[in-house]
Amino acid sequence: MIKVNYFARLRELTGKGEESLERESMTVAELLDWAEETYPGFGADNVQVAVNEEYALKDDVIKSGDVCAFIPPVSGG
Amino acid sequence: MEMKPFEIVETPIDVQKYMDYVLHPSAGAVTVFTGNVREWTHGVKTLYLSYEAYIPMAEKKMAEIGAEMEAKWPGVRVAIAHRIGELQISDIAVVIAVSSPHRKAAYDANEYAIDRIKEVVPIWKKEIWEDGEEWIGAQKKYPEKGVEQK
Repeated sequence: MIKVNYFARLRELTGKGEESLERESMTVAELLDWAEETYPGFGADNVQVAVNEEYALKDDVIKSGDVCAFIPPVSGG
Repeated sequence: MEMKPFEIVETPIDVQKYMDYVLHPSAGAVTVFTGNVREWTHGVKTLYLSYEAYIPMAEKKMAEIGAEMEAKWPGVRVAIAHRIGELQISDIAVVIAVSSPHRKAAYDANEYAIDRIKEVVPIWKKEIWEDGEEWIGAQKKYPEKGVEQK
């Protein structure tokens, strides 16, 4: 099971802060594709993924038990 | 009082607390930057802002920025706090306090910190106007080698 978190625009779009995917493993690219198909307007081209609180690359593999977050463009400061 | 030098807070920022944290006998300079809520942006009037953060990752990334600063400017001591929730005009959204033996490093390191915060720390700002609202954030491509590499 892979946990995913949503923030800001994506939290409002999906209507949820988090959910769990029943997967053993998937790549970051596959997770972004899943989100794009599941939530129209997700805008995955402009979203990064963090795995266990660290920015991940598209080829990185996510495993069951990992905590992921979709990171839309940041705007702190 | 417990003091976290890199923290996300939900209450008004007490600047003095972060200045006090970085000050020590070898520090000859302390720079303090505050980022404040601006009413007008490109001719549009903001009523208030709403900030949201991925708190554990944001605090971790701010601590990493502090470590980068200590590596680039040996002898600096750093504290950074960012507030989340609803902020009104002129409220402090972020404070960066930097001490160093001499002033140049304190100025330079402080500017480096705010630039890096805007690049890598997972915090989001929503502007609320009289006739709408929007999450702010620049479009960008997925990095080939990770956003935090520089």
